[in-house]
Amino acid sequence: MRYLPHSDHERADMLGVIGATDIDALFSAVPKAALKNFTLDLPAHSPEFLVEAHMRALAGKNHAAGDGPFFVGAGAYRHHIPATVDHLIQRSEWLTAYTPYQPEISQGTLQMLFEFQTQVAKITGMDVANASLYDGSTGTAEAVLMARRLTRRNKIVLSGGLHPHYRDVVKAYLKDDPNLVCLSPSPEGQGDILDHIDGDTAAIVIQTPDFYGHLRDLKGAADAAHAQGALLIVVITEVVSLGLLEAPGALGADIVVAEGQGIGNALNFGGPYLGLMATRKEFIRQMPGRLCGETVDADGNRGFVLTLSTREQHIRREKATSNICTNSGLCALAFSIHMALLGEAGFVRLARLNHANAVHLADALAAVPGVTVLNSTFFNEMTIRTGQPAAELIERLAQRGILAGVPASRLLPEDPEVENLIILAATELTTTADIAALCAALTEELA
Amino acid sequence: MSMNTQGRPTGVGTVGTSASGSALIPDEPLLFEIGDTEHSGVDLPEVDLGNNRLGGFARKSKLDLAGLTEPEAMRHYVRLSRLNHSIDSGMYPLGSCTMKHNPRLNEKMARLPGFSDIHPLQPVSTVQGALEMMNQLSHWLMTLTNTAAVALSPKAGAHGELLGMMAIKAAQEAKGEAHRTIVLVPESAHGTNPATAAFLGYTVKPVPARDDGTVDVEAVKAALSPEVAAIMLTNPNTCGLFEPQVIEIAQAVHDAGAFFYCDGANFNAIMGVVRPGDLGIDAMHINLHKTFSTPHGGGGPGAGPVVLSEALSPFAPVPFVRQGSAGLEMVEHIEGEALGRVTAFHGQMGMYVRALTYMLSHGADGLAQAAQDAVLNANYIKARLEHLFSVPFPDYPTMHEALFDDSFLKETGVTTLDFAKALIDEGFHPMTMYFPLVVHGAMLIEPTESESKQTLDRFCDVMAELATEAKAGNSERFTAAPMKAPRRRLDETRAARQPILRWERPADLPKAAE
Repeated sequence: MRYLPHSDHERADMLGVIGATDIDALFSAVPKAALKNFTLDLPAHSPEFLVEAHMRALAGKNHAAGDGPFFVGAGAYRHHIPATVDHLIQRSEWLTAYTPYQPEISQGTLQMLFEFQTQVAKITGMDVANASLYDGSTGTAEAVLMARRLTRRNKIVLSGGLHPHYRDVVKAYLKDDPNLVCLSPSPEGQGDILDHIDGDTAAIVIQTPDFYGHLRDLKGAADAAHAQGALLIVVITEVVSLGLLEAPGALGADIVVAEGQGIGNALNFGGPYLGLMATRKEFIRQMPGRLCGETVDADGNRGFVLTLSTREQHIRREKATSNICTNSGLCALAFSIHMALLGEAGFVRLARLNHANAVHLADALAAVPGVTVLNSTFFNEMTIRTGQPAAELIERLAQRGILAGVPASRLLPEDPEVENLIILAATELTTTADIAALCAALTEELA
Repeated sequence: MSMNTQGRPTGVGTVGTSASGSALIPDEPLLFEIGDTEHSGVDLPEVDLGNNRLGGFARKSKLDLAGLTEPEAMRHYVRLSRLNHSIDSGMYPLGSCTMKHNPRLNEKMARLPGFSDIHPLQPVSTVQGALEMMNQLSHWLMTLTNTAAVALSPKAGAHGELLGMMAIKAAQEAKGEAHRTIVLVPESAHGTNPATAAFLGYTVKPVPARDDGTVDVEAVKAALSPEVAAIMLTNPNTCGLFEPQVIEIAQAVHDAGAFFYCDGANFNAIMGVVRPGDLGIDAMHINLHKTFSTPHGGGGPGAGPVVLSEALSPFAPVPFVRQGSAGLEMVEHIEGEALGRVTAFHGQMGMYVRALTYMLSHGADGLAQAAQDAVLNANYIKARLEHLFSVPFPDYPTMHEALFDDSFLKETGVTTLDFAKALIDEGFHPMTMYFPLVVHGAMLIEPTESESKQTLDRFCDVMAELATEAKAGNSERFTAAPMKAPRRRLDETRAARQPILRWERPADLPKAAE
């Protein structure tokens, strides 16, 4: 077996040094009835070319985003990833290192995390960011718990514009908690949250651009929340939007959670992704997840370490701020490299290009008979209403080779009002020809 | 003179920012010290936004984000990478972390556009191959563990633990036994276990370990009561031992109306050799990034699928794949007693591809051989070193980890930490230190099956030499270590007392683009 270095001769030698008669002697603590008492319904080992053929056959049954016009977003976005990013993250020293618990021989990872934290803090306009969480959805649940610790209040209000999966994750984390208020879906982008803030409210959670693509007024929400002593948690599922939209930190956000996939990370059918979390300086000690900090070594040279670990499970055990251990290190690296390649100039241009293509898409869709665009504001994503159930329409368009967006009903099956809504995104990869093909197909399907 | 957490004095000195380093060990400035807001490594067209739909929400605050051209970025990240130890460059014997070889075929397969360039919400009819792949992975996991169901979606081991314990909580509630508020956790458990139980509102009740490092079924029986919802037990345990009474413990737990959560962090020792389902477990997470070789990536991403027994399978969360009339279906919304969802979308697809590729490469025979080689390697290290080191639990053969305590260092002035840091100067990554907590000054060594006999011999030679040196009183070599790494010991106290968590532009460094 190509991954196992020992020859049988060496195995025998080693058993001799140990003083064991055979390998089973090393498993003597295992109850006899449980040791190798089965035949597994699984194949035997296989040469590399056969494994590759097997996996290629499976991959070949999928319609890749690059195979045709593609407008699917709703929390995961297809952006171009520079070749440099994927080359670098496959370097052995990045790919096959562990969590940097031995800082003397992990300065690469640690300095990268320090740079990553700085980048995230800058784009969100917040004081500090952590070294990443699993993804945006679990990050939102962690932010809600953090707000409860900070305010010692329990009521949480989720905007109807929050991604339904994010809402469901928060619900699962706060199972059956009567203090969790989930507002009804708001596909028209209507403001819905301010009336629900009261003196018991720990935090309100607002996504912008929201699930339907509308841009939300964060300043008004922050002022209303703060007037009652509540916190504003801002959720961003399309991190590229921060190149063009005002930073949540500049508008009064207390905790910002974002899905960082859009920078440096492929769609990957939903994971692995990258949870970003940033907050105010005074809230650091209630923030979950790893943090990297600057210090000096015994010679006085600058170096970096994981720090404030007294918040974490391996030190605090049942008193930790979260049970989180592994984060998304390699995804954070991909994000950080891509962001370094972009720089301010590139990040802003990327965001502008996304918006320009989305404006083009919205205008073209609005001209299709039977299509109404619901958004007056958006970044790169919008919602349309047609006269047909969206799920079937999307399926027929897929059969034409066009992945035309997400039927809102896929995420909100319990809500008949969204049955005819489709959420579509454009990115820098969307071409004029893609948009023309979509609109022509829609025109035919809706005729 | 400040002191770091190791109790060693650290010089005040000046903080170097852009020293060039020496030989092949670079000293790399921060991205923000070499880049600026004008440089960029991408070429994107400038577009007119006269007709924008931003509704007055356009950014007015400054980004101040440093950029690098492509050659500068390449050099920055290559130079930084060289400051890391990695499994590809040397042995990484971190106990309980399973730092094994990461085959590059896994990476290549995960990057096939049919896996990497598909969207989680595109029509299910267009991703049948992805669903089939998930089904195949599920089949492998359920077969290797002899369990009834698997929930793939958890993002990492601790997330899987959370989900498994949520399923147990839901099952207790469905039985009308919500009054069960206690979870038993042996003292040797990973920190995530008590953190997870507490997160779900349970009271954690520790179970003491026996003198031989294993859990006594009588101690479990004594701790069980009608208030106990579950036990969280790691097997093989964190001392590297297989729990000899695990079947009796499972029986006692079930008899008391509780469930058996098994922390599967150490599944690498028994895959293909012992099926946890045969031991009576009800739920167990499997760290794909340990046992099934998906790369650790400097701290993630992981993946923590949870296998579930018949009793818990109705409480599996969404989403899951099932056979429908028109092909495979993705069940994304709660039906019956199922839990909600613990993450957006469908979990760590990229990790599923890598893990399945690894399983197919090994086959059932290769996985069993890998587990046995991992156990062989740990026992070999123990056998070669036990005359110089102190073995806290000599009664059983060890599984995939060799555990020593620090009694062999008594009176030497050398601590476990010092000893581990000296290993760095010899080119090895230190072992896990001070864990498990039940052993004083623990050194937990997990070689995995990936190390050759030659490497193991070299490691043992170095370990033996260091132990001899320590006992001979040459403590300087240890207390000053590491001397040859890119950095010497870092002042962790200073980092925690005055946290500097981001770069701030010094007053005398103006922005390039203003």
